[in-house]
Amino acid sequence: MLNKKKVSRIFLFLVLGIFVFYYITPLYVMIVTSLKTMNEIREGNLFSLPNSINFESWKIAWSGRGEGTSDVFLKPYFFNSLKIAIPALIISTFLGALNGYALTKWKFKGANLIFLLFLFGTFIPYQAILLPMARTLGFLGISNSPFGLILVHTVYGLGFTTLFFRNYYVSISDEIIKAAKVDGAGFFKIFFKILLPVSLPILVVAVIFQFTQIWNDFLFGVTFSFGENAPLQVALNNMVLTSASVKYYNVDMAAAIMAALPTLIIYVLAGNYFIKGLTAGSVKG
Amino acid sequence: MATLKINNLEKRFKQTEVLKGINLNVEEGDFLVLLGPSGCGKSTLLNTIAGLEESSLGEILIDNNIVNDMDPSERDIAFVFQSYALYPAMSVKENIIFGLKQRKISKEKIDQSLSKIAELLKITELLDRKPAQLSGGQRQRVAMGRALVREPKIFLFDEPLSNLDAKLRIEMRREIKKLHKNLKTTMVYVTHDQTEAMSLGTKIAIMNNGKIEQFDTPKNIYNKPSSVFVADFVGSPSMNFIKGSLTSNNKLISFLPNNASENDVINFTHNNELQNNSSVLFGIRPEHIFLKKTHAARVTKDENFAEIEVKAELHEYIGHEQIITFSYLGQEILGKFSSSIDVKIDNKMTVFIDLNNISVFDKDTKQRI
Repeated sequence: MLNKKKVSRIFLFLVLGIFVFYYITPLYVMIVTSLKTMNEIREGNLFSLPNSINFESWKIAWSGRGEGTSDVFLKPYFFNSLKIAIPALIISTFLGALNGYALTKWKFKGANLIFLLFLFGTFIPYQAILLPMARTLGFLGISNSPFGLILVHTVYGLGFTTLFFRNYYVSISDEIIKAAKVDGAGFFKIFFKILLPVSLPILVVAVIFQFTQIWNDFLFGVTFSFGENAPLQVALNNMVLTSASVKYYNVDMAAAIMAALPTLIIYVLAGNYFIKGLTAGSVKG
Repeated sequence: MATLKINNLEKRFKQTEVLKGINLNVEEGDFLVLLGPSGCGKSTLLNTIAGLEESSLGEILIDNNIVNDMDPSERDIAFVFQSYALYPAMSVKENIIFGLKQRKISKEKIDQSLSKIAELLKITELLDRKPAQLSGGQRQRVAMGRALVREPKIFLFDEPLSNLDAKLRIEMRREIKKLHKNLKTTMVYVTHDQTEAMSLGTKIAIMNNGKIEQFDTPKNIYNKPSSVFVADFVGSPSMNFIKGSLTSNNKLISFLPNNASENDVINFTHNNELQNNSSVLFGIRPEHIFLKKTHAARVTKDENFAEIEVKAELHEYIGHEQIITFSYLGQEILGKFSSSIDVKIDNKMTVFIDLNNISVFDKDTKQRI
């Protein structure tokens, strides 16, 4: 009996180990390669450790070689992405929370239909809204500007954030809202003073989800911006594809890691809350 | 202190009528209990009084002012909810003074009211805690404190004790009663627990299916139920209903149970002129049945009791008393007795019923006659 248990345990850890190995390998290769010199890459093996830790390629990926106009490096685009991601993140999360609150605690005629439409919005693929969005941005005169991309990400993300907050607030007792109404608090007072302070778990979920979506977006970025207004992921693509005759694998790898780093950091810092928030409704009941 | 008047109140959710013409008149200092089974509309009525739900028709008057179009906060009421509905992110203190802060009351006044209420409810040492750190009874106290601190015209309670365990419930019930005695504020209290209703209310409104069946003092509700529903709902075990027919001769009434011979007729007097009626329900409460003639003679007024032949069928011992199920001419009746008396099961015997405490209902209209 005990033996059988032991065997299945060993088998379980073996399978888990294989998966861990499978997922961690690309990251390992990226890090190792980014620390090597070009000579080492050409001569050596993909998995071998670098002879010496060398951050030269990271420096080049971040701030370039100083070789004039054709030189593409990440620094300015990194800030482009921040300029887009932070406002879009804040606006879409805030509006989503407000929507979720209104849809659950201030039920009005057609509230369910409107929620259904938001839900429907989450199923619309990126590609389907490219053309109408391009026309809209053109009409508003904000194509190829951070404002355009902020608008696109806010609108596209609103369905998701509304869904998150609506499902979270539905589990919070309506009697609390009634009590606040009797106490004389209005729509916004109840939202800011009573509901928002208990929304941390779902706030974290929405922030992580939205930040990841916006930061990692390539399609909207490449469609609605060009040149020096492009976000980081577009710049990364340009950098890797348009380098001159020689391919600098170490620089490419360093740049890719840099582009992925912010989302990685957010997951590490708030991942625990992310899991809690996703399961909050089911636990609270 | 305030009066509360409700005129022809109706409430519809789409097609379903939840309240069908409610009329109530609550005097200053009354403790009105809305009692009824779940789904009878009692909570909806309370929410409508509070202004948390809108009525479809009719008027609500507090101190003779129509409040239908006022926000809950403008009606000068306080509400204690079943789930307590404390604000989870705020401390006990912040919970209690939240309503006062909304009303822009001066800080000194708030502090004064807070310490008074905290002392009254013995929650002074809890003031800095969060609701999650409190026990059920403590949360209940805080919820009461939040209502009391505002010194409203009317208190509304929505089954405030139903989440507490049995012992605590009785304790809190007594405290609410004390509170009402001291404050003399008008209160409206919703419950489905008849003991709570009886012990707390100065007036009880029994609700069924969106209508008020009877609106009266607890004593009258218990002793003179106006309909079969009320008689059946109040009392545990509930009233026995013996099917039969009535013949009336002036104020002398004869009741003949179904399947009975002439010898089984029960004669009694009634204040009202009654008409002959071939189908009535003769109601007698289990505690108004006696096992011994001497006992019946001692307890009933003017020795006004009747003898009936029954067979004891079932015996339920519940500590201080026992409930015996009798078979009476093929109908089942329950009697409640002190457990000190021995009763032989499956024995034919004579029991005595108190004729001063009977209720007669028309079987078709279900109304008291």
